[in-house]
Amino acid sequence: MTESSIYVPAMASLIAVQSMTDMEKLFTLELPGGRNMGHKPGQFVMLSIPGVGEAPFVITSSPSRSNGTFEVCVRRVGDVTGVLHSLQPGAKVGIRGPLGNGFPIDKMRGRDMLFAPGGMGLPPARSLINQVLDERNQFGRVIILYGAKRPEELLFREELDEWAKRDDVELHVTVDRADDDWDGHVGVITTLFPRLTVDPHNTIAVTIGPPIMYRFVLMELLGKGIPENHIYVSLERRMKCGVGKCGHCQINNIYCCKEGPIFTYAEIKNVPEAL
Amino acid sequence: MSLRILEKNAVAEMVNAMMADYESKGGVVVGPQAKGPKFGFAPLADPEDLRLDYNTSILPPKTVLQPPCERIATFRLGDEPSAEVVIEAKPTVLLGVHTCDLHAIHLLDKAFTDEQPDAHYLERRKQTVIVSLECLQPCDEHSFCRDMGTLDVDGGYDLHLTDLGSAYAVEVETEAGEKLLEKYATARNATDADARRLNEVLSAKWARFKKRLDFNTAELPSLLGAAYTHPLWEELGERCLACGSCTNVCPTCYCFNVKDSVSLDLSEADRVRVWDSCQLEEFARVAAGENFREARAARQRHRFFRKGKWIYEKFGTLGCVGCGRCIRTCLVHINIVDGFNTIHGSK
Repeated sequence: MTESSIYVPAMASLIAVQSMTDMEKLFTLELPGGRNMGHKPGQFVMLSIPGVGEAPFVITSSPSRSNGTFEVCVRRVGDVTGVLHSLQPGAKVGIRGPLGNGFPIDKMRGRDMLFAPGGMGLPPARSLINQVLDERNQFGRVIILYGAKRPEELLFREELDEWAKRDDVELHVTVDRADDDWDGHVGVITTLFPRLTVDPHNTIAVTIGPPIMYRFVLMELLGKGIPENHIYVSLERRMKCGVGKCGHCQINNIYCCKEGPIFTYAEIKNVPEAL
Repeated sequence: MSLRILEKNAVAEMVNAMMADYESKGGVVVGPQAKGPKFGFAPLADPEDLRLDYNTSILPPKTVLQPPCERIATFRLGDEPSAEVVIEAKPTVLLGVHTCDLHAIHLLDKAFTDEQPDAHYLERRKQTVIVSLECLQPCDEHSFCRDMGTLDVDGGYDLHLTDLGSAYAVEVETEAGEKLLEKYATARNATDADARRLNEVLSAKWARFKKRLDFNTAELPSLLGAAYTHPLWEELGERCLACGSCTNVCPTCYCFNVKDSVSLDLSEADRVRVWDSCQLEEFARVAAGENFREARAARQRHRFFRKGKWIYEKFGTLGCVGCGRCIRTCLVHINIVDGFNTIHGSK
């Protein structure tokens, strides 16, 4: 009897591994038979290391650049990520997905896009950023405010350089603590806001980062007059099933894995456990 | 639906025949049995062990449909690892399910069918024939099934038994129930007198069940909605040991964890699903360390809200069936009835 189960992964091939920082690596993966992931920016996968476990990771590659593969950027923090970091191209890992809602990109077309990711918030934002850049003429301004703790923790440095060179992207990078080689802006991400002018009613803001960052960046975005339903966040939660059953990701009555991980501020501002 | 009469002295014979047949096809007959001074659902080894006169069981019969630990996949490890689905279901007769637990099973059905069906649960469910049992008296002082509307059922079983003294009235609801009765039991058709007797027994039972909530449960979702910052949660959080017993014994708690275990020779691994509890500290903690429900008060509130509001909003039925198990098992006497009444009292 052939059975199927929503919990059992397909075995994907690890195509490439690129070290990004001491803690983060970028993994390029291919589904069986080169099947297209078919995701939306902001969706995630459950990634299995057989015998070790399974954990959720947002897809960082843009659907517009799939080439039959997809990418996840993973920080080494636990069992699954520890083993994943030790793997070489050719290895097999389990993949379920794409899961979650993703960004509603159709609602964003025609608008100015303001991205404000902090630290590990860049990988999920990058999927949407590159989709927007690949359909550049369908959007207004593209502003990217990116903050990391230290210069050596900046992710996707080659892409940051490319974005910096483009005259249709306004990129501002900041670090909390500089080193001797750093000649850029120093300060937490909110220090980039005072000199920023936006057309608040024509701007979609996307901010992704740790809970402490949300509190301050959301205040800045609201302070600019950007409507609550134009501000998007991606919420991190523990997930064991990814399909709205296991209970781990619940934010009050919301199953983050099904109804999220992408929410507007309007949707979560009255949900006490959200931020 | 038909009504039959099964003499009590014919039950052992029926169960015996059932056990032999189910065993021969790799199945099992599960029923309530004595477990020390209490009762528990377990596979029957002897028909005489079946205790249809049990009050309540330590663990609910959800153990049959969502076991505490079940394999959901197996991996072949090595250079070319592969994954295979494991569905552990086997033919099962589940005997003696009280009506509160039957309501709970209906809720599990909804949870595991909702949007993305769960093949592991649903295949077990499909292979399980349920013989439920009318409750004619409260299990003990902690039962509040009458408040929660679970003291009777409208279907959802295959056969339903009501104790008429020397015999059971058997309501046959499904074809699977009909076949079970045909194959293993000698049961006669009920007469008009039997039907009258059944109605008398059913009407007479209600007076024995006292209401314990100070309000109608239709109010519960909105009462909780107004009580998110109620001091009760801090008070419960102070007492709670975060042991997870309340959710383990709950017939409607279905949250789970998923774990891998590797064989000793590293050639294969099992992926197992195990019960989990929102009361445990690490339940909402992510790998980087952030814990999104760190306070015990917040975790107790989460349990109360799931039972009284959120599950209702998602599935249209309350997440509590009034079985009283969480009250009986709590080491520090956290009492969900008292909690609900406290919230109502400070409305």
